[in-house]
Amino acid sequence: MSNVGIVIVSHSAKIAEGVADMVHQMVGNAVPVAYTGGNADGGLGTDVGAIINAIDRAWSDAGVVILVDLGGAETNSEMAIEMLEADRRNKVLLCDAPLVEGSIIAAAEASGGAVIEQVKSMAEEMHRQ
Amino acid sequence: MEQQTLKALLRVVAQTVVAHAEELTALDQAIGDGDHGLNMKRGFERVAELADGISQQPLPQALTEIGKTLVMTVGGASGPLYGTFFMTLGKELPLDPTLADISATFNAAIAAVERRGKSSPGQKTLLDVLVPVQEELSAGTANVLERVKRRAASAADATIPMLAVRGRASFLGERSIGHMDPGARSSALVISAVCDFLGD
Repeated sequence: MSNVGIVIVSHSAKIAEGVADMVHQMVGNAVPVAYTGGNADGGLGTDVGAIINAIDRAWSDAGVVILVDLGGAETNSEMAIEMLEADRRNKVLLCDAPLVEGSIIAAAEASGGAVIEQVKSMAEEMHRQ
Repeated sequence: MEQQTLKALLRVVAQTVVAHAEELTALDQAIGDGDHGLNMKRGFERVAELADGISQQPLPQALTEIGKTLVMTVGGASGPLYGTFFMTLGKELPLDPTLADISATFNAAIAAVERRGKSSPGQKTLLDVLVPVQEELSAGTANVLERVKRRAASAADATIPMLAVRGRASFLGERSIGHMDPGARSSALVISAVCDFLGD
């Protein structure tokens, strides 16, 4: 896949899955999408290992952007990025954007073949308007 | 540190965290999402399960392994914060550290936690315990375990009047005032357990 991949990280598995559904409705399978939500026990929270797996599933040579909901999801995603192998680490960017809107905007942008920096900045820009 | 000593220490620390899980949860329910007790319990129980293997390694590698285990099991922001702390200790600590080494390494680990949490002291976080504890470590060997333990406890208490600026508690604004920070309390508990163990 040459389009940028999208990873959706929420504290809630249901929210993560629902956002992924909305993204698929928008872009079909034109963009690799993976989601994760919940801690290692299946409760609300986020899980670094599960985020690393989601990055693998959404992997694209064009890179992967991550959209998160609240603080712990952000901190755990940053940790997950740091734990990636060196050649992958700089191809993964975290977006400072609301989860639902940001994921859909990022996916729409990615489906048009935009480069990763463009996907990230578009998701973040829409959020500031 | 002897292998058996480190193994026993890891178990004692885990027991302390598990014994206080409900208290940490209650503190977190007051100003956060109420998962800190369970998250810390999950992480430190895993460390205790792996204590055999961890304690067979030299101290720096053992600390790195503790950090990684916490990152992968705690969940919530405290996982990367505690994980980064221990992983930095592991990266920076020499094989047979003096108190001055420990103090300098502690300082490096605090800086790493500040970067990870985009936070600084005074914002009602675990940093408000770690920084005063580092001051005690840098003040020399005289009565150091007792000083560190007392300072950790008083520093955790001192987060009660603070306004939360980072994390879930910051959403409460002024209402975060009047509650002890759960991360400050959990780090004081861990530090206190280590001091008690090493003092015996």
